[in-house]
Amino acid sequence: MNTPILQMRGITKTFPGVKALQDVTLQVNRGEVHAICGENGAGKSTLMKVLSGVYPHSSFDGDILFENEPCNFSSISDSEKRGIVIIHQELALSPYLSIAENIYLGNEQAKRGWVDWRKTNLEAAKLLARVGLSENPVTPVQHISVGKQQLVEIAKALSKEVKLLILDEPTAALNDEDSSHLLDLILHLKGQGVTSIIISHKLNEIRKVADAVTVIRDGKTIETLRLGDGEITQERIIRAMVGRDLESLYPDREPRIGEEVLRIEDWSVRHPQDYSRMVVNNASLNVRKGEVVGLAGLMGAGRTELAMSVFGRSYGTATSGKVFKHGTEINTSTVSEAIKHGIAYATEDRKLYGLNLIEDVKRNVSMAALRKLVKGGWVDKNQETVVANDYRKSMNIKAPSVAAITGKLSGGNQQKVVLSKWMFSDPDVLILDEPTRGIDVGAKFEIYTIIAKLAAEGKAVIVISSELPELLGICDRIYALSAGHITGEVPIAEASQETLMHYMTKEKE
Amino acid sequence: MSALRESLGFLASRLRQVGIFVALILIVLLFQILTDGILLQPQNVTNLVVQNSYILILAIGMVMVIIAGHIDLSVGSVAGFIGACAGVMIVHWGWDWWLAIPACLLVGALVGAWQGYWIAYVGIPAFIVTLAGMLIFRGLTLIVLKNQQITPFPGELRALGGGFLPDISGGTSVLEWLTVILGVGATLALVIQAVKERRIRKKFELENEPMAWFATKTAFIALLMLTITFLLASYRGTPIVLIVLAVLVIVYTALMNNSVFGRHTYALGGNLHAAELSGIKTKAVTFRLFVNMGVLAALAGLVFTARLNSAQPAGGTGFELDAIAAAFIGGAAVTGGIGTVAGAMIGGLIMGVLNNGMSILGLGTDYQQLIKGLVLLLAVGFDIFNKNRSGKGGGASIIQRLKLKTPPAADADAGRPAEERPVPVPAGN
Repeated sequence: MNTPILQMRGITKTFPGVKALQDVTLQVNRGEVHAICGENGAGKSTLMKVLSGVYPHSSFDGDILFENEPCNFSSISDSEKRGIVIIHQELALSPYLSIAENIYLGNEQAKRGWVDWRKTNLEAAKLLARVGLSENPVTPVQHISVGKQQLVEIAKALSKEVKLLILDEPTAALNDEDSSHLLDLILHLKGQGVTSIIISHKLNEIRKVADAVTVIRDGKTIETLRLGDGEITQERIIRAMVGRDLESLYPDREPRIGEEVLRIEDWSVRHPQDYSRMVVNNASLNVRKGEVVGLAGLMGAGRTELAMSVFGRSYGTATSGKVFKHGTEINTSTVSEAIKHGIAYATEDRKLYGLNLIEDVKRNVSMAALRKLVKGGWVDKNQETVVANDYRKSMNIKAPSVAAITGKLSGGNQQKVVLSKWMFSDPDVLILDEPTRGIDVGAKFEIYTIIAKLAAEGKAVIVISSELPELLGICDRIYALSAGHITGEVPIAEASQETLMHYMTKEKE
Repeated sequence: MSALRESLGFLASRLRQVGIFVALILIVLLFQILTDGILLQPQNVTNLVVQNSYILILAIGMVMVIIAGHIDLSVGSVAGFIGACAGVMIVHWGWDWWLAIPACLLVGALVGAWQGYWIAYVGIPAFIVTLAGMLIFRGLTLIVLKNQQITPFPGELRALGGGFLPDISGGTSVLEWLTVILGVGATLALVIQAVKERRIRKKFELENEPMAWFATKTAFIALLMLTITFLLASYRGTPIVLIVLAVLVIVYTALMNNSVFGRHTYALGGNLHAAELSGIKTKAVTFRLFVNMGVLAALAGLVFTARLNSAQPAGGTGFELDAIAAAFIGGAAVTGGIGTVAGAMIGGLIMGVLNNGMSILGLGTDYQQLIKGLVLLLAVGFDIFNKNRSGKGGGASIIQRLKLKTPPAADADAGRPAEERPVPVPAGN
């Protein structure tokens, strides 16, 4: 039983300027369910992309042995030929095609170039029975739930004679019932000899199905824990996930916290497409003047969704909840209303939602508060340049001039443009979603300094971050979210990575 | 030497802008030679201006719609419909021009509001709504005209299409002095404005064009304007429609550059999500853009009808294509967010010179369409090619391919992906 099916040795993958994976080793035994754990950005998905050939063999260092034979994949189809199938977090199904068509997409059951529909649907029905899905194979995929779509993905993998099934966060988008069905299926397939790798944040799930856990942190393998032997508790895994040495530094600040500025009460949000799913569930939180409040949570916990929903209903459908500013209820049902009430939200995806990349720096800075620059009906462009230049200096935006195109700046400098834009709108509450994502260490320190300065000026700041040390380094108080619920509120004095991770992985009562 | 290199590097970064000027000059020269000098004869230049005026008016609205990331296929039909309305109001009902013109513009605004409603508030793609509009308003044109042309129009309206400003010398001079005064005045104003803006850019240390390029560009535009002035003045003077067009270009350039509305238009074409999350009322902006397009289409319809002196069932057919082509040749981006009114005007002139030149040569519409189609394809193709190149290597690649050595200027650093640049040391502020 303990013969390895997969050995990855010394895997090092470098992106320009970043070592995503460093000498990673992974051994998966035949017929086991092997979990991979790690914080967001630890390198789990990169490792799986290396394994499945998304990153061709020439683009990384190290060896992969599958069934004792070396693998030199140059694309996904190479790895699929060997029986390695990856199911991504974002499902790759075509919504308008039928279940059967999706299962055989790219692998059509055809005779002399013509699709054999009888065979397609018959074989698909057999596969559906194997994954325990009782749906007609001709049903369009858009008409079945996300949980069932996940099963269709697995059926598709089975159709390819899968030996090693990789599931990236398979239950992140599922409700409890669908999740437990999926986990049962993984165990069932294990009985049929299919080896699985599952990437998951949900430690209780891992303990339920996995035989071994490999923990990855900062692009390195930390350890592999065998769940069978000995007592491996959730706390033991958490310690491996977070126990890093603090390399980055945070600016010193003396918090001077005043009265409550913003309070959110009983906020609930439904998923925009899947109406039965509550993405945020009765969340209540508050933030005070001069305070930096953190929102911690793993992928899919609902942090961004909560923030965007409060900021002008930019996400999903809010079903209940009230927002109070300085004690009086305010209307934040449109973005311009929210901005008028002094709320600003700097997005986690600055390229998609934050910036007009084809425009210059000054026009991005003025975008959210252009009316402040109007004199006699026209935009005062000189004043705009003056304002943008002020921010360029005070925020230390490294650009040739404020007429430089924003898309050509580095990630850290783009982030400073986003922050400048919101500072110019002169908000009382700033919600910063992953403010340091994808930017280098030096620029991170600058962003932390800016956050500290904003708090010192009396702004109320909410920081959403996946990096726990970052939250611990800059916040005064931290809320933890798990599956749309606020599961904990921790003052900084009592907060540690372990306590936060405990709340973040906590199931709702 | 380094100044020359700098200039070349700058030209490479502005290849598109330089290219369109060069293209216009080359096309004018080509037809000037092919037509044995007929193209630039005073009478023909006057014709060129008047013939193209309604396309240029449409191109102003079109480039705005395109900047916002939409399209309008209905403007030809709308222009025809307004022509028909004008025919009924003026000829059948006997309305005065000062009543009929505002009434027609109002109808245009209502047409735009109708289409804008479906696009902005219902969320149907502009392509579909205006394709439907193209059929709807052509149909309405035929209904209003009962499939027959309406003619003739009174002189006041005809002046909008073919009239000229009065000759102040009373016909005694070879040159029309009013035209000369207007032309020289406009040229001076333009040069002063350009120098002023350059000074402001310098004051704020914004990225600036090299002096050589600035001087060449400004001198070229001034020369172009003076030449046109001279040619117009030696025929019948300034066409009234040219004044209308000039006012529109000035107003709309200011609107697009300096008004909240114009700036929001660029913002929503550049990144709709970012615009929404910045509190811009994107639906209202889209709605207003189409109302504006409707008004401009109405104006174009009036000018066209006035020039023909008849409202015709097929009036305005195909105008939308010329207007769209003008915007794209003039540098508007297919994906939105980029484009200028001035660019669209030059794009429109390129199309106009092509039309006019080929007509003088006696080429049939078959070849005319073929050539215009190829020009449009090449212009946008060049744009995309240029963009792909500059995305990879910092903008100067075409020049590099031509074996001209451009220095790795400051701009080249900005073009490198963020990850490759040296990590900035945190400044302890």
